[in-house]
Amino acid sequence: MRLVRHLVRTPEGAIGLAILAALVLVALFAPVLSPGDPLRIAGRALLPPFADPAFPLGTDRLGRDVLAGILHGTRTSLAVGLAAALAAIAIGLCVGLTAGFAGGLVDEGLMRVVDAFQIVPSFLLALAFVSVIGASVPVVVLAIALGAWADPARLTRAQVLSIRERDYVASARVIGMHPAEIALREILPNALPPVLALSAIIVAAAILTEAALSFLGLGDPNVVTWGSMIAEGRNILRSSPSLSIFPGIALVVTVVGVYLFSEGLTKALAGRRLEP
Amino acid sequence: MNRAIRLIRRRAISSIPVLLIVVVLTFLLLESASGDAVDAYLLSIGGGDATVAQSLRQAYGLDQSMFARLWLYVSSLARFDFGWSVAFGRPVLDLVLERLPNTLLLMGSATALSFGFGSALGIVAGSKPESVRDRALSTGSLILYAIPSFWLGLVLSIVFAVQLRWLPTSGIETIASGKTGLARAMDIARHLVLPVAALALIYMALFLRVMRWGMAEVWTLDFVLFARSKGLSRFRVVLRHVARNALLSLVTMLGLQSAAMLGGSVVIESIFAIPGFGRLAQEAVGGRDAPLLMGIIVVSAVLVICVNLIIDLVYAALDPRVGASERGT
Repeated sequence: MRLVRHLVRTPEGAIGLAILAALVLVALFAPVLSPGDPLRIAGRALLPPFADPAFPLGTDRLGRDVLAGILHGTRTSLAVGLAAALAAIAIGLCVGLTAGFAGGLVDEGLMRVVDAFQIVPSFLLALAFVSVIGASVPVVVLAIALGAWADPARLTRAQVLSIRERDYVASARVIGMHPAEIALREILPNALPPVLALSAIIVAAAILTEAALSFLGLGDPNVVTWGSMIAEGRNILRSSPSLSIFPGIALVVTVVGVYLFSEGLTKALAGRRLEP
Repeated sequence: MNRAIRLIRRRAISSIPVLLIVVVLTFLLLESASGDAVDAYLLSIGGGDATVAQSLRQAYGLDQSMFARLWLYVSSLARFDFGWSVAFGRPVLDLVLERLPNTLLLMGSATALSFGFGSALGIVAGSKPESVRDRALSTGSLILYAIPSFWLGLVLSIVFAVQLRWLPTSGIETIASGKTGLARAMDIARHLVLPVAALALIYMALFLRVMRWGMAEVWTLDFVLFARSKGLSRFRVVLRHVARNALLSLVTMLGLQSAAMLGGSVVIESIFAIPGFGRLAQEAVGGRDAPLLMGIIVVSAVLVICVNLIIDLVYAALDPRVGASERGT
């Protein structure tokens, strides 16, 4: 709770939290704000924005409501971004904890795998993964997580290496605690904060990667995403550029919200450390 | 110079197992696809009977076991044989090498511009942390960095190519213009303005932020306090002591970003229809061309290793502490 208070006190944290809270509300209440399937044909095709009060942001080539698409797209973006980041951090924590705690050959082997994932461009990996397995939301989440777990793994390992030499870990070992218990109860909670600070950046990157994948037509075709809306509008960029511009703005606002939140979080964590 | 050679040798040896992991994991991933290149090829020519499929599989070696093929692939990679692209009907390596220069030109110009402007603006912001200009630049770069490159590319082309008609919307050069020499170079440059701007603006924001945060950290160190207490001018302290040390983190970031940049080339080349490496990846996905996709991933991994090696050499040149401790090993 104190962390939240610190977070709100920084201007970045307050604005970021406000943007994210608004987006979460939109995502939760999208079916109420615009009932029905956002992919259905709702009206005349290619209505310009701000002309018809029934379709404030206009309609696309097939007569689908742009505003409905943006509202429902919030769900996809946030859900995929959060799920991918969670998966990436979970994998990263497991690998980093194992490597740092086990040491020796296990550490060496795992870190070479981490190296391998860091030198392959994560977007190419995601592209290959989705194209091989087929586009659906869980596959996209996994594809993004595959390219994102290496950083948290490396960071966790570095944390574990510095923590495992501390006195309280040694005393836990002396009183005969099981190594797995030491790893989970003594080391993990203390290794977590810097990894959490990284997590916001991973969420932002995941949201951008999802948008790029669905822009290239590799997103789940059954859900509306901002990336696919931008791609759809791209075909008639000359006559109605607003179709690509609005979902892009939604994307930028979301990512700015996540970045501000992460800056606030970093400052709040630093501030907390300074206080006794 | 001895230090540099040692560094290169050590790096080359340690990259081999990592590259091998990349090859094996990518191979297993592409192997798990339903249907193989022969299925994709038959689909593209309108189908064929089982004997045709069988003979094609034999020709491509697809009838052997997975491990046999993995071994075959790795051993031919060692001879720089990246296999045969099914979709293009040409050797993978030829295709990749043909497309790579366009991407390197695009990425190189974007990196150079963003590095230059980003570090300069970062110095402006970091020379006085928490000042008005710092806040303005920091906020501006945060918003800029949140913009997806493909969307920025689209917006730039709406404004400058569609509305104002100043620049071409797509391609790397005017097709069949017959231009040569300087005229051709100018033509290519005109085509590259928008894609390079889209990439450079976003990376500039990143470099600005890294420079600014690096400088904010260096400001608190004792030697800066010492330099200031000596009575050195603020300008001199900023450039010679603070910015110079913060530059190291910028160089590190350049290496870390190289993989992301190669990945980002896919969307930006798709927007501007540039026949480069990233577009080749998209075409490989579209054509279900597993050998080509495999080759692209392996080549990109090699490229990232090379870029990081260069970065390490630059870093060692900038920071005399690096590698000094391992003399004689």
